[in-house]
Amino acid sequence: MDVGSSDRTLREDARDALALAVAVSVVAVSFGALATAAGLPLLITMAMSLLVLAGGAQFLAVAIIAAGGGAVAAVAGGLLLNLRHLPYGLAVADVVGDRWPAKVFGAHLLIDEVVAFSRARGSGARARRAYWTSGILLATFWNAGTLLGVVAGSAIPDPSVFGVDAAFPAALLALLLPALRQSDARRVGLASAVIAVATTPFLAPGLPVLAGLLGLAVAGRE
Amino acid sequence: MTWPALLTLAAGTYLIRLVGLLLPGRVRVPAHVERYFDLGATALLLALVAVSTFTQDGGFAGWARPLGVLVGAVAAWRRVPFVLVVILAAGTTALLRLAGLP
Repeated sequence: MDVGSSDRTLREDARDALALAVAVSVVAVSFGALATAAGLPLLITMAMSLLVLAGGAQFLAVAIIAAGGGAVAAVAGGLLLNLRHLPYGLAVADVVGDRWPAKVFGAHLLIDEVVAFSRARGSGARARRAYWTSGILLATFWNAGTLLGVVAGSAIPDPSVFGVDAAFPAALLALLLPALRQSDARRVGLASAVIAVATTPFLAPGLPVLAGLLGLAVAGRE
Repeated sequence: MTWPALLTLAAGTYLIRLVGLLLPGRVRVPAHVERYFDLGATALLLALVAVSTFTQDGGFAGWARPLGVLVGAVAAWRRVPFVLVVILAAGTTALLRLAGLP
């Protein structure tokens, strides 16, 4: 690869990561507004976005608190939802870095979109750069968006008006397309999607996605 | 949300993430198991796509969202740039909602 095309790849990857981060910030604004409406103080809301850095778990925890479910239920629900991050780590361990400082910092950036974004770029140097670029951008925009949401509060319109809830599955799917060129990945992925949707009405949030791992049963032999 | 609850959630989430990253370096993993790590991530991400496309609070999310995701998916398949995929999906869903579809 010559320098020119590598520069272009770098720019394209940065542009795509930025698009993802902007979409993330819209969701973060609504998280900030929602948490504030649920009575969470600014510091707690910001600390959540800074330290937990997992959108689904944060929304779930706040929803449980707002519904009067209590702190233990909120923590348990959030952790259950985040269990899927463990197998993510297994899949991208080599991409994040070889030495322990990279793993210690990189672990905090292990987000659904970051894992998908990086894996769409293989497993080499480009994937590593993609992991860190998208991870740092998403973390920054997530926290900036949360702060904006807390400050602007009830002036924020419902993000579903902008269709942001469709942007995320579409973005993840687009990032998964390269992996789905393999027939075993297509088989496993389809089974996993069907299992997850079918079990959603019956299981606690988080479990249906984990149940999707049962789709590995149709992986077959290599 | 109290501080102890928040810190427990944060620490637990971080440990879950760290363990996954550290395990493959600690344990010698045969190649066929590594294939399952890779397939497992695909399985989880697609499960997440499916659940967040079709469901909301344990029920059906309505048609506006899956149709937007479908438009985004077709665009991605036709190799439309990623930025446009995101905008097309969100835009379709937003327009459908504007037209009254939930």
